Amino acid sequence: MAAQTISLPDSRFPLRTLLWPALALAAAYILVPAFATTYLLEAILLPFLALSLAAVGLNLLTGYCGQLSLGSAAFMAVGAYAAYNLNLRISGLPLPLSLVLAGVTTAAVGTVFGLPSLRLRGFYLAVSTLAAQFFVQWVLTKFGWFSNNNPSGVISAPRLIVAGFSFDSATGRYLFSLTTVTLLTLFVWRLVEGSAGRNMIAVRDNETAARVIGVPVLRTKLLAFAVSSFIIGVAGALWAFTYLRTVEPAGFNLDRSFQILFIIIIGGLATVRGAFIGAAFIVVFPLVLARTGAFLFGGVFDSGVLDMSQRIILGVLIILFLILEPKGLSELINRLATRSNRQRA
Amino acid sequence: MTLFSRIAGVAVAATLTLGTAAVQADEQHFPMQSYRVGPYAAGGTGFFGGFIDYLNLINTRDGGVNGVKLTWSEGETQYEVEKGVEVYERLKGNPGIAAWNPLSVGIAYAMIDRITQDKAPLITINHGRTDTTDGRVFPYVFPLLLNPYSETSGIVNYVAAKEGGLDKLKGKKIVVLYHGSPYGKETIPIYQLLAEKYGFTLSQIEVPHPGNEQQAQWLQIRRERPDYVVLRGWGVMNPVALKTAQKTGFPASKIIGNVWSNSEEDVIPAADAAVGYTAITTQASGAKYPVVQEIVKTVYDAGKGNLDDKKRIGSVYHNLGIVNGILNVEAVRIAQKKFGNRTLTGDEVRWGFEHLQLDPARVEALGAKDLFHSINVTWKNHEGDGYVTFQQWDGAKWNVVSDWIAPDWALLRPIIEKSSEAYAAEKGLQLRTGEDAQAASN
Repeated sequence: MAAQTISLPDSRFPLRTLLWPALALAAAYILVPAFATTYLLEAILLPFLALSLAAVGLNLLTGYCGQLSLGSAAFMAVGAYAAYNLNLRISGLPLPLSLVLAGVTTAAVGTVFGLPSLRLRGFYLAVSTLAAQFFVQWVLTKFGWFSNNNPSGVISAPRLIVAGFSFDSATGRYLFSLTTVTLLTLFVWRLVEGSAGRNMIAVRDNETAARVIGVPVLRTKLLAFAVSSFIIGVAGALWAFTYLRTVEPAGFNLDRSFQILFIIIIGGLATVRGAFIGAAFIVVFPLVLARTGAFLFGGVFDSGVLDMSQRIILGVLIILFLILEPKGLSELINRLATRSNRQRA
Repeated sequence: MTLFSRIAGVAVAATLTLGTAAVQADEQHFPMQSYRVGPYAAGGTGFFGGFIDYLNLINTRDGGVNGVKLTWSEGETQYEVEKGVEVYERLKGNPGIAAWNPLSVGIAYAMIDRITQDKAPLITINHGRTDTTDGRVFPYVFPLLLNPYSETSGIVNYVAAKEGGLDKLKGKKIVVLYHGSPYGKETIPIYQLLAEKYGFTLSQIEVPHPGNEQQAQWLQIRRERPDYVVLRGWGVMNPVALKTAQKTGFPASKIIGNVWSNSEEDVIPAADAAVGYTAITTQASGAKYPVVQEIVKTVYDAGKGNLDDKKRIGSVYHNLGIVNGILNVEAVRIAQKKFGNRTLTGDEVRWGFEHLQLDPARVEALGAKDLFHSINVTWKNHEGDGYVTFQQWDGAKWNVVSDWIAPDWALLRPIIEKSSEAYAAEKGLQLRTGEDAQAASN
């Protein structure tokens, strides 16, 4: 990653930065439940929310702190299984609390796998997080206790009940997801706008220089691993409980880790917004491609062609973004906004 | 006329035509979460090809089921759970859905809550979650013909028959080589149970997904010197197992494949390493059965066949698709007898599946004698007591080498009920009664 100047953000909440997220949130809370079809909720918005949150978590680690991780899906799996087991084994534990504890469990696991980051960098660190990916999947498949000795290792999600209210309907699960994602995103936003965020950026841009000016490198890295894993763990629980409503270890494979990494590359590294834009793109793009393909080419555009073209387009996009615009879609949107502002002025 | 009003006019006209079309024709719809690309494409194209071919046959030959046309739509899942869920949500808006047939354990698991809420049957022929056999807990899920436990029992009964009786199993050694996935692990406790009951030594070895490297596992098998190896594989794992067995000197005739290791696609890539290999099946392979011949005549000769490669007509997966088609269509026919010859709701078709009783005479009338034995589904038993047979690969084709064998259902039922009741308790469900099963909502 190229060295960049550190812009010290204004830590007060300026009205302009809050305007768009607030509008989006208002729409998400009011318009979506009122008008969205179940297809939109179940097949697009629920996976979008869970993946966005995972991407927010990974962006903290990779985008802000510069530690490349290929273990995101493993941490999602830890979160999902932890939430399931907490819910199953401690009766009367409220659902939000089991989500938080699942996050804490994931943070602990993530910190352990983050330890090599104190010695390893870049490519080597990526390989060591890859170990997390395989290790976690192996443990979850190997030991039946994690899936309540269900012979097939697949567990079904519990009912979503918070303080007597059932969130089992599509809209309910959406609102539950949305609230969780909003709260955690706010938390991350506060974190990266503050001194912890500046420390992370300093570590990313030049570790030696950061050490010289007194940034606690060790603490910053482990904090990044812990918080990032916490968030990814909760995202995993959301993926399992609100979206699929079933969990199997194979669902959290290396492909999912790459998917989350692609989300932050395409959306924009080191931006909170980028995680959401990237996730929206990754979720919607295959569907749009399938529909347009079928519409334009009819039967010729069968599932084989679709699969190939999807891989090709995605691959090309990632290469282009890495070369031309490492800050991703988020930066492109920024520039468009600036241009239109300038024209208006 | 402005552009806007013109567009609006066209839209209104389109809605009207669509609306009237839906009112006029009685249609029963089969949404298909198929997979024609990816690692399991061979199974997907064969199965969904056979299923569609049979629906086509019914439409062309009989004009549908009692005048109700059969329609279908497809969505690609690549055998991935979240794609399956997306396709489910996309296709569930189609009117007149009869039943869902995802042919994937993972997708089926993710659908159980959804189809129960939407009141549509979910068919997992020859696979699926075993305890869904208990109709008291899972009203809408049907692991037709053969659930994984019955398959296990069928294989052990076959080995016993080869050895000369169940008492001869004592002291024998069986290794189960299973796919490292939910599907592969489902039968672990049942093999253990049967080993204790019949006194054979058992060792179960996992092959991590996808299974294209099995040197270590087969060296272990060689050390253990078992009398039989049961291959519980899927996809590329199967030919690799057969080839590695040959390399380590284990005879193919001592390997018995399970129901997802029994296709041409599993043995042809292994070439001569597969000669003598035996596998379980619920539906014999080959194109000699009248119903398959009619599909060739009516569907393929008219250029409407679904398989690209006509050589695959009558292959194991294709015939499974055809049998699946027969079971789905007969369930609709049986439900029509009660509810009338019209588009049925999912819940009414569920009633049909719960009365899906085809004795050997009815199977013969459907042109499927010897293709599959019979089925006897009730509201309590959603599997329907399917019989199994065994086929041996001779290098060019499968040959049936056993009679129709009955699994030990009575032995398995209490285990299934224990598991399903635990599920009901975990989910806070009430057990269904016979009266609940009789009622069907519109």
